[in-house]
Amino acid sequence: MEYLLSLLVYLSNPWVKGLVGGIGLALAIAGSIVLLLWVERKFIGRLQHRYGPNRVGKFGILQLVVDGIKLLTKEDIIPDAADKTVFKLAPIIGFAIAFLPFLAIPFSETMIVSDLNVGILFILAVSSMAVVPTLMAGWSPNNKYNLLGGMRAAALMISYEVPMGLAIIGVVMLTDSMSMVEIVKAQEKIWFIFPQALGFVVFVVAAFMEAARLPFDLPEAESEIVQGWTTEFSGMKFAMLLFAEYIHSILASLLIVILFLGGWHGPILPAPIWILIKTFIVMLILMWMRATVPRVRIDQLLNVGWKVLIPLAMINIAFTGTARVILG
Amino acid sequence: MMPLRKFEYEEIGEGRLVINLGPQHPSTHGVLRLIAELDGERVKKVLPIIGYLHRGFEKIAENRNYPMIVPLTDRLDYLSAMSNNMVYCQAIEELMNIKISERTEYIRVIVLELQRIASHLASVGFFGNDVGVTFTAMMYTFRERELIINLFETLSGARLTYNYIRIGGLREDLPKGFENNVLQSIDIIEKKVDEYEEFFSENEIFRRRTQGIGVLKLKDAINLGATGPVLRGSGLKSDVRVTDPYTIYDRFDWDIITEKKGDCFARYNIWINEIRQSISIVRQALNGLPKGEINVKIPRVIKPEPGEVYSKIESPRGELAMNVISDGTPKPYRLKIRSPAFCNLSLLPTISEEGLIADLIATLGSIDPVFGEVDR
Repeated sequence: MEYLLSLLVYLSNPWVKGLVGGIGLALAIAGSIVLLLWVERKFIGRLQHRYGPNRVGKFGILQLVVDGIKLLTKEDIIPDAADKTVFKLAPIIGFAIAFLPFLAIPFSETMIVSDLNVGILFILAVSSMAVVPTLMAGWSPNNKYNLLGGMRAAALMISYEVPMGLAIIGVVMLTDSMSMVEIVKAQEKIWFIFPQALGFVVFVVAAFMEAARLPFDLPEAESEIVQGWTTEFSGMKFAMLLFAEYIHSILASLLIVILFLGGWHGPILPAPIWILIKTFIVMLILMWMRATVPRVRIDQLLNVGWKVLIPLAMINIAFTGTARVILG
Repeated sequence: MMPLRKFEYEEIGEGRLVINLGPQHPSTHGVLRLIAELDGERVKKVLPIIGYLHRGFEKIAENRNYPMIVPLTDRLDYLSAMSNNMVYCQAIEELMNIKISERTEYIRVIVLELQRIASHLASVGFFGNDVGVTFTAMMYTFRERELIINLFETLSGARLTYNYIRIGGLREDLPKGFENNVLQSIDIIEKKVDEYEEFFSENEIFRRRTQGIGVLKLKDAINLGATGPVLRGSGLKSDVRVTDPYTIYDRFDWDIITEKKGDCFARYNIWINEIRQSISIVRQALNGLPKGEINVKIPRVIKPEPGEVYSKIESPRGELAMNVISDGTPKPYRLKIRSPAFCNLSLLPTISEEGLIADLIATLGSIDPVFGEVDR
């Protein structure tokens, strides 16, 4: 045991820390997705007056494992007319990119793979790359539904990225730092949801758009464009795209918690537990919304993004700046 | 396979995309195929193609004895089999001048109105699916629809194809305790309808997705032969139950629901409010339900005199009518169905062009075609 603990010294080496942290994060995310998907299916099942999975394992907890096996063993269909290289690459890139932003997410003051001094910028930059595999998946199968879904995803991304970045500026102004750890540390006395109420609203809407779930699930929009940008994907490729989507939801919830809800701060329980509890609650709200509101239309969504969220975020920045100057 | 109606590919404009919605698509209400020409997300042209559920009903009917056609009618509008039974039996009764017993008339009104409630509940649920409350709305409305289906199961043993209304009467009298069960069920439904209003009508996104979408002007509605909730949604006070009363509808006190705007929200509102009116009619009918015989004496072999009859009722989807021509044999010479879903579907291109794809789907949901009836 002592020998094992002494190995922790090696964590000071950034290469070792990155490798161990990266693998650990990937496993933790995969594990939490299994759990969250089960929670979501049960929770939404209950909201929709049905039981949800209850056949495989106790309370259907192994349902996802069975579904995974099914998707793994399914025939891997590549359409004849598809651009085959791009078609094969899209799920892989999407899956890989989805994990990247977590490297800069702090789970406590020390539990962070890499405390970049521009952490929030890194996260924004990497998560906006997610639209590239989405467009690849939309374009490559040569299917019109995929294409429409991919185009919608691109339109969606433009309209949430800008207000999201602007909303974060308010937070950065309050902390004087772009490091994720510093941002959470600055919330020790008061969560940013209070001084940044307007920014919070803008950010939450934008983050929910990033999660691309109802009411913003336009790229998929089952009742309109079948399955959107994932229509032609089956088997493991589909599972990977689905996983990547889900990781985006988790990231969106985590960002809301870290930027506005005090991150790891909380009484009694240790820091990482608090951040997980808060993220879980935000995820539950995401799931709840999915089961209760209709889908918005593409033009309405763009209107909200450009005509409401961006001006609100601007006002927020002006307000925060003025307050800082006056209050010192 | 025969070539379908030609879509003028030469006419497709620059930068346009022609997309096939259906016949396998999550929200084409069965097997409708829509060819849509898109400019980005905007729908420039819609061409509905039907016939994927065609079973030759009218031709089959020519080769069957009159009573053997009743179970066939169940398969027309499978969301309201009672209405189909009713219109057929009523047509034959008119053709043969059969007078129905008083109790049967009341029971028919009760089951028809219950059927209307069930059908409208299903329509609201599907419409919810179409605007994107995926599954939740449907599960809720189907929970209440289940109450009525259970009632019909005690009546006829079937849950979808009831075959309950027969020529000259009914399959059998109401089972014991049926009246009470109906009262309890409609009490529950009445409360739940208020909940739907909170869930849908007060939801901002739902309103924005449906108000001002798929507007059908009254003039177009009349010219294109719309009936039922689609016509009333555009503002005309027209309902066969009042304009041309059949059975005993003239004895009850209720209102025709109309809306002015003619958009998707108006048509949805008609469903919700008609459920309330139907509940009121069922209550009144249960109050006045007389005792007595169910079936009247009819000949063993039904052989109407040569002649023709056109008989219509207000089905949940609109004016459902049958035109039966008899040549004096035990089989009809010709049986023609005027199906409201078919006529209402024909105005889809008029009201969905120049909208977005999402609007096209919402509009289709608000017209609510049932393909058993469109294709026959």
